[in-house]
Order: sequence, then C-alpha cells, then structure tokens
Amino acid sequence: MQTLVSFDFMSDASPSTQPEVLSAQHVLEYPYKRSLGPVIGRFFTSLREGRIEGVRTAAGRVIVPPTEYDPETSEPLSEFVEVGTSGVVTSWAWVTNPRPNHPLQRPFAWVLIKLDGADTAMLHAVDAGSESGMATGMRVRVRWAAEREGGIKDIECFEAEGS
Amino acid sequence: MRDVAIVGFAQSPSHPDPIHNDVETLTPVIAEAVKRSGIPRKEIGFICSGSCDYLTGVPFAFVSALDAVGAWPPVRESHVEMDGAWALYEAWVRLQVGDVDSALVYGFGKSSVGDTRDISVAQLDPYYVAPLWPDSVSMAALQARALLEGDRRQETGDSARYTERDFAEVVARNLKNAKRNQLAQVAGVFDVEMLLQAPYDVSPLREHDCPPVSDGAAAIVLAAGELARKVHERPAWISGIDHRIEAHSLGARDLAKSPSAALAAEKAGAGQGSIDVAELHAPFSHQELILRDAMGLGEEVEINPSGGALAANPIMATGLIRIGEAASRVMNGTAKRALGHATSGPCLQQNLVCVMEAG
Amino acid sequence: MSDEPLTMLRSPLKLEYTYTAGEISTRFLRGFAEGKILGRRCPECDKVYVPPRGNCPICTSAMDREVELAHTGTITKFCIVNLPFAARNIEIPYVSASVLLDGADVSIFHLIQEIPYNEIRIGMRVEAVWEKPEHRIPGMESILYFRPNREPDVDVNLFEDAGA
Repeated sequence: MQTLVSFDFMSDASPSTQPEVLSAQHVLEYPYKRSLGPVIGRFFTSLREGRIEGVRTAAGRVIVPPTEYDPETSEPLSEFVEVGTSGVVTSWAWVTNPRPNHPLQRPFAWVLIKLDGADTAMLHAVDAGSESGMATGMRVRVRWAAEREGGIKDIECFEAEGS
Repeated sequence: MRDVAIVGFAQSPSHPDPIHNDVETLTPVIAEAVKRSGIPRKEIGFICSGSCDYLTGVPFAFVSALDAVGAWPPVRESHVEMDGAWALYEAWVRLQVGDVDSALVYGFGKSSVGDTRDISVAQLDPYYVAPLWPDSVSMAALQARALLEGDRRQETGDSARYTERDFAEVVARNLKNAKRNQLAQVAGVFDVEMLLQAPYDVSPLREHDCPPVSDGAAAIVLAAGELARKVHERPAWISGIDHRIEAHSLGARDLAKSPSAALAAEKAGAGQGSIDVAELHAPFSHQELILRDAMGLGEEVEINPSGGALAANPIMATGLIRIGEAASRVMNGTAKRALGHATSGPCLQQNLVCVMEAG
Repeated sequence: MSDEPLTMLRSPLKLEYTYTAGEISTRFLRGFAEGKILGRRCPECDKVYVPPRGNCPICTSAMDREVELAHTGTITKFCIVNLPFAARNIEIPYVSASVLLDGADVSIFHLIQEIPYNEIRIGMRVEAVWEKPEHRIPGMESILYFRPNREPDVDVNLFEDAGA
C-alpha cells in the first residue's frame, strides 16, 4: 500500500515579512481497497441489482445493513432476508450548509431509516427540499443512483414517499 | 486489588496554537504534573499515553512525544490511540501487578492542525457509513434529535421530554463555570434566550452546543499504596474504574440513552455513596443530559465546575482532564467523593467512569 | 455491468492539514536557507542534537543553546537502496547514510554521491554539497548530498554512542 504524503512549504517573501514559525499544507491520502467478505459483498451486490437485503439473527431480528455477527450474541449470521426499499425515519438532522464530502450538495437531512422488514436503522440522507419537509415517523423511499458500482452510494439518497 | 491514587495533575491552557507543536505543548505539562506528584521522573515505573495520529496527520506521530518524558535509560511505556483516560485505565491495571508503584499518564493533541469534523469520519464503519462522510456534528445532531423525541421515563420517572432549551441551559451553566477556569478556551455568562436565537449548525444543534477546537495536553501521576500516602497529604484514591462499549452500528443503538455509561458507572461503584462532584466528558450539550440520566446524577451533584468539554476540547486529553479536575477537588479537600467520565467513539459509543474518594 | 458478485470496495481516505513546525524546527529549517546546519546542546548532558529539539530526549532539560555544526562529518551507517522510491529521481542503486557531523552527538540522514556505491564504507569522511545560495530553501534539501572529502577514514568505535 502506498502512502502519499506531500509537504509544500509556504515560501517566505523577505526576512521582514517572515512569520514566526513555518507552516505547511499537508495532504494525507490513502488509496484503500477493502475486501468485502461474503456478507457485505452480498449486500452490495444486491444494491447494484436494485435490492436491499438484511440478515436475520437467531432471535429473528433483521439487521440492515447486514453484519457478519449478531451484535448481541456474536453468533455468525448467514440467513439473508430481502427488505423493502421504503421505510420510516427514526431520527433526522438538517444540514443547512453541506460540506464538500456530503452525499448531497444542497441542504438535506441526515436520517436513520428503518426499512420495511428491518429491525435496525441505517444511516443515509433524505433530499427533502426544506427542513419543514422532515419529521420523525415519515415514510421515505430509495432513490437509486443512475450508475451503480457496488457501495452504499448506489443509494443516491432517500426521498419522501409520495413526492 | 491494590489501592491506587492520583497524586499529581497538570494541564495546558486550551486554545488553537499555531506556534507550538505537540511536544512543545506537552513538555511543560508533564514536568508540572511530575513536580506536583513529588515523585522524581526517573523513579516513575510506567508511562502510558493517549493520542491520535489522525489528529496530527502523521503515522506514529505519538512516538515523538517521548521527548517530553525522557525515555533514556529505556522506560516501561505504552500507548493507546484513545483519549488519555484510557491510558490512565491501562496504567491503573499495570499497577495492579505489583512490581511498580507509580505511573505517568498523559493525553495530548492539536485539533487545530486538521479538520476534526472530517477526521472523525475515519472512525466510522468504512463500508456502510464513512463513504457518506457524516461529520462529528452531524452524528451528534442525529443523537440530539433522538433525545428530543425520546422517552425519559425509564431513567427518571419524568415524562417530560428534553427540549432545545435544556441544551442551551447546559451550555450556559458550563460556560459560566468556565469563567473560574483560567485554562478554559470559552467562558462567559450567556443568556439562554439569546442562545436559542442562534442559527443551527446541523439541527437541532447550534454552534454553541458543539465543542471549541482546542490544542492542549494533560498529565496525571498515579501512585500505589504507601507511596501515595508518602507523597501527598490527600491523594485522590480510585475506588472504582470501569469502561464499556456499545455496538458499532449506530442504527442498532438507542441513541437517547447510554447503557454503556450506566454500566460503567455501576461497575465503578458510583452508586455506592453520594457523589459531590462529577466531571462529564460531553462534547455536545445534549450528551450531558444523557450521561446524567444514565449515571443517576441528580440535582445535588455539582456537574463540570471546570466548564467541561464545551469550554475546552483538546481531543485526546479532554477525558483525562475530566478525571484530573474531579481528582483535584478531592486532593484540595473540597470534595469527598468525585466522578470523572470520559467518552470515545461516535454518539457516546464507549464510556469510562472513574470514582475517586478521599482517604 | 458485471454479473460477478462484488468482492472489493475502493475507499480512499484524504485528509488535509496545516502543519506547524514549531519554533525550534523553524529555526533549524531557516538555517538551511542561510547555508547553516543548526543543532542544540543540552546544558545537563552536554550532548548536541541535530535536528534540534526544545527538550533533551534523555533528561528533558530545555535546550536553549544553539550550536552551528560543521559541514563535514563521518559515515556511521549506510545502506544501498535498490528499489526506486516514488518521490525521488535518483539513479539506483544509491546510498543513504547516517552522517555524524563534526560537533554533533547524533547523526543525520542524507545521500552519499560522487563515489561508486560499492566503495562507501563506515568511518568515511564526507562533506556537504550545497544547493546554490539563490536556490536554497528552509529545508534539508538545501544540501544536495554528501561526498567524500578525502580525509583519512576514522575508527567509529572511538565515538561514544557511535551507533546513534
């Protein structure tokens, strides 16, 4: 794995304008490639096909997105269950000024969504237009990305059902 | 179990510092904590630090901090990529072995060097969450809304929900306390109504509900048994210390509650007597409310006389400072029983509780 | 679109920082722009460290005494590098060495050039070759490399802590 670290020292104009200490912009960049394994791999493969799958625990709880192990008993999990592409917002937060890396570059809501058939919530974004369009308990549905490559962003975001 | 006490504590002023690097910030703090402990630095048996290389942006950055402790002849040393509070836990465990009687613990970091809102994303699930880049304020805001809409009855018997006014009151109380703390970064008397007029950052959190960006360092010296009695008139004896962590997946947790803080407090023996002072590591205002309920800290407990994390947040030292501030009040005789808390991970995922008592 | 199940995810991480050199390192780096190599002496241990630090790594005393070091020194260790390194444009194999500058108690790392790689030896005396004054910057790259200065070899076992 290559690490790319670059220092570009800010040049000083003349002794009289020199700051007390030198500073430098430093970019830390890692080109990680992660193996998915059978559980996450299956989830992302399904996303690419326009389906969302969770995994069922021995107690019958459906976890979405799926984990390899039961978070309570640590038993390995392998029983996949398809869940709905719509669900209920269980919490939300309104972003007025999106940051460059955020999934949407206009004001949007972060949400925790419990999809139909799931017992856990997943984190994503809702393109609601305005804060007044958001409420805990509202129903939302997937908006698929135009090009899907196999990752959580194959879901571009969610939108209010009926919108 | 061996009796271990805090016998020395020091911290730097918290503020963004473009002049001094990590080591320059840390060195005088360690020197001061060691001096206050009365134990010569070369006699201290174990050294443990907490810091995060991602804050500095350099792999193994923490190694350079050894210049601040003088690691020659070679020393017994360890490090955690966590807040210094967990380094204190490791040092406490190490002292239980019995072959060394003292430990130096330190935590440090310069949050001003990078953007901690984005750096915090690196700790999230790399498959399901991190690619969306939910920054630390966004994550906290999701928890804050869950609290506003959650049911408090289980903890408090009170059916009234928390409100944004409760958040603002936490801010006002902490920043007013911070006026008495010369090392705090933010302090002042703020009117709750004015605070509620401020715009949201990520709703329902406003800028003042979030911690400042601070550079800083803190150090604590631990001593066991007879050595503690010898060097300090009133050591802060650690009567219990415990830490617990919740599931990684945010959606599998009830964000309005903190079962890990509750369990850590129980196992640390918090409920075994009355607590005079509690220093809670709550970088976001709503988290102080969650933690108080989880640990059963009622109105009679003085919370965050230092001003807490809303007044100064040198990430990687903030939790250690809570323990140090609580310990100080035992060491100076103003408290008989004090609690120091530290947190790690998104939305109070992991919590450490340290209960200290006068001898 | 492939029908194969997915097995890998690209997850690049990019973070940006504004790094401060601190006061001591700033003086050290600025020294290079002026053609100087600056170290610091510990008043207790009496050792000279380069690059300099604010506090002695052994006794933690403040090191406020700056020392200007000679541009000559002795090779205490070296290695022959056979793999190309992304950031550098040097012909391989090349030699990277620890050079104990005259007056210092710890070595610095630099390149050795102007000598075939298989003739380099521990104890060899070398001198710095500097960038032209008008091109010097506040950084160690102001020294392009070290080259033999034709003084007789030194027995490094004569240096205390010569492995440093």
